[in-house]
Amino acid sequence: MKRLLFLLPILAFVGLFAVFGVGLTHDPKLLPSQLIDRPLPEFELPGIAEAPGGGPGFASASIRGEPALLNVFASWCAACPQEHPVLTRIAEEGVPVYGLAWKDVPADSRGWLEKWGNPYVKVAADEAGRTAIDLGVTGVPETFIVDKRGRVRYKQIGPISPEQWTDTLKPLLAQLRAEA
Amino acid sequence: MGRVWHTMLAEIGQFALILAFLVAAAQAVLPMVGAIRGDSALMNFGRTTAQLQAALLALAFAILMASFARADFSVALVAQHSALDQPLAYRLAATWGNHEGSMLLWVLILALFGAGIAAFGDNLRASLQARTLSIQAMITTAFLAFSIFTSNPFARLDPAPLDGSELNPLLQDPGLVFHPPLLYLGYVGFSVTFSFAVAALLEGRADAAWARWMRPWVLAAWVPLTLGIALGSFWAYYELGWGGWWFWDPVENASLMPWLLGTALLHSAIVTEKRQALAGWTILLAILAFSLSLIGTFLVRSGILTSVHAFAVDPERGVFILGMIGVATGGALALFALRAPMLRSGALFSGVSREAGLTLNNLFLMAVTSVVFFGTFYPVVMEAFDQKVSVGPPYYNMVFAPLSVPLLILVTVGPMLAWKRDSLSTLAPKLKWVGLATLASFVAAGFLLGWSEVGAAFGFALALWLIAGGVMALAKRWRGAAGFNVRLVRTTPPAVLGMALAHAGLGVLVAGISAMSALSAERILVMRPGQTVEVGAIAVKFLSLAEVQGANYRAMQAQFEVTRGGRVRTLVSERRIYPNSRNQTTEAGIDAGFLGNSYIAIGDQQQGPAGDGLVVRSYWHPLVGWIWFGGLMMALGGAASLADRRYRIGAATKLPPVPKAGPVAATVPAE
Repeated sequence: MKRLLFLLPILAFVGLFAVFGVGLTHDPKLLPSQLIDRPLPEFELPGIAEAPGGGPGFASASIRGEPALLNVFASWCAACPQEHPVLTRIAEEGVPVYGLAWKDVPADSRGWLEKWGNPYVKVAADEAGRTAIDLGVTGVPETFIVDKRGRVRYKQIGPISPEQWTDTLKPLLAQLRAEA
Repeated sequence: MGRVWHTMLAEIGQFALILAFLVAAAQAVLPMVGAIRGDSALMNFGRTTAQLQAALLALAFAILMASFARADFSVALVAQHSALDQPLAYRLAATWGNHEGSMLLWVLILALFGAGIAAFGDNLRASLQARTLSIQAMITTAFLAFSIFTSNPFARLDPAPLDGSELNPLLQDPGLVFHPPLLYLGYVGFSVTFSFAVAALLEGRADAAWARWMRPWVLAAWVPLTLGIALGSFWAYYELGWGGWWFWDPVENASLMPWLLGTALLHSAIVTEKRQALAGWTILLAILAFSLSLIGTFLVRSGILTSVHAFAVDPERGVFILGMIGVATGGALALFALRAPMLRSGALFSGVSREAGLTLNNLFLMAVTSVVFFGTFYPVVMEAFDQKVSVGPPYYNMVFAPLSVPLLILVTVGPMLAWKRDSLSTLAPKLKWVGLATLASFVAAGFLLGWSEVGAAFGFALALWLIAGGVMALAKRWRGAAGFNVRLVRTTPPAVLGMALAHAGLGVLVAGISAMSALSAERILVMRPGQTVEVGAIAVKFLSLAEVQGANYRAMQAQFEVTRGGRVRTLVSERRIYPNSRNQTTEAGIDAGFLGNSYIAIGDQQQGPAGDGLVVRSYWHPLVGWIWFGGLMMALGGAASLADRRYRIGAATKLPPVPKAGPVAATVPAE
């Protein structure tokens, strides 16, 4: 009985150690999105007038039929130009990328698109930031992958790196395309 | 030739680091083998290597500091963490204001403590010293490997940039110069008690001499840890601009846990020394105190918990440290399970005795530590099961306070108890006056503050109980058969003075906490120059707003006039922007006083109901300074105890050799 008492500390430690080990495999920056496997929240937003390739904006319902990216950006965002070449490459590979300008003055968004080029099939302005709240956006840039049926399947926080595109996002899109 | 030396400095540092690693690896093995074989040459080897190691690491650290002082941006670490327009003092402090440099400081302190065991261990059994040095060297070897292979401070950058990027401006503060080194002294200091505990398990002996020898080392860790925590809390108070003194942040908790267990260890070692009891428990505490220090490092560096403090978030390093914890703690606890049951159990004591009081103190401290541990790691545990939760101050306030109260009551009772056997009937008269004063202060505080603040009244009464208890412990000692006796004052050992001072300091701390939790006031308003606001005991008038240019920052500077009673002060509060790194900091305007602080922090410019203004947060913080002053008193008490001749390390060399164990303890006058 007494021996068991002396064994207690090491037993407790082994349990704790295992938990730490598992905890270490998780990335603390990875915030799971509440929207995974749920339809995009409904929205209908105006476009950005006179932007290069800028049309009438888009609604959540229009992102359907083929897997697509919904990218949240802003002209005031420091990391967005860094992500821009990757987005351009994604668009050139034929993936529809929708742009959502978050809390941005439309004139500034237009200037930004003129300066860097427009990789988006459609751009909408979420000037008040309401849609971003529904989407659970925590910062810019953020990107959602939406499947054929308009459901969110993946959320990327921060800029997409070329490696992430080739290693994670591209295979995921291929898989979503293969889905019925 | 001189120029060549300069360009090679970082490489010399690197070589010193590698040499220290090799020396430590040898020390981890050879003295241990010597102790097993009874080979005194091998055992003595450890004493030489321990000092050599410390010298090599001191050289490496000095070189890194020199690289920062010279702004040698060809060293990657210097380029990443300092800039030319940064004042020299902060460039020097930047040496340990980053992951790699702070790890180097960590191993340096580890080696210095190792050298201390070698230098001051003459009165120690040779085999015990050899084993302790080997264990200490195992820890150093592991940390040096970590430093060299995963976080090399001397890595070069080619081409070298013309200017570096700067240290996080939050860390450009006098607080940073001392806070981390003090904490490290504390964390790492517990490595000595750990090594000593493991060595005792290996020897199968944990006697009075062992406990007696360990106690100054516990103090040597506990005193800087106390100062470090107090300084950290003070730094957060004036630098982070949140107006609080403790946030239950995971990293704060990581320093609090070893402190709580260290406090328990400090007290249980007394029992082991005086009465040869609780040896197994003392060993367990020594192991856990250092393990929690390691976990504190793990917590900051692994990215397992995110907090303001996490300056090197990197899972690879986390795995390394986790492995180290696994081997050190797991190994020590396994050894404990095997060997501790065989340790000779000590003398018996009755349910009312000094030993019983100290045991109870230990149990409460352990319980409080568990509470903090659970609160800190619950989110980690839940995350292993894919859930995100966070544990906030309400949990700690709800659980921590009720467990602390009996502990605090016990603090004053303990020193009044006799060793071995005492009774409640002899205890009661000793505590009569303290008890009555406490009760009177409770009633008085209740009337003054109003009974709605009964919690605060209770807190103040508790504070008085502790302070009076400290005084009584001295008075008891000073009162001879014929009343107060000056000779007894002179002969009072520093350890007793230290105990009284530390316990009274705890009382001062409790008074500060009680006042802050019940009586502080705050208001957050959008203000325009000319406006006045009343907050608690103070009136704050917004005078003016201006933009100023600092050495390496721009700031928005607001001036306030603060009136309390008849006292008028002008306070300056700033919001700084560091253009190099685009970081922002808040420099609160603080008027510190005996009765409390006025604290003003400014935020953004904003539109208020009556037009544009500045967000101004004004606080009245009663007795807040007492919190840190109490901490300081506790540390001073510890230092006084450390200065006690009975523990003075090295004193034994001047005395004729004393017989081992038992008789040594017997010559100590019982308190």
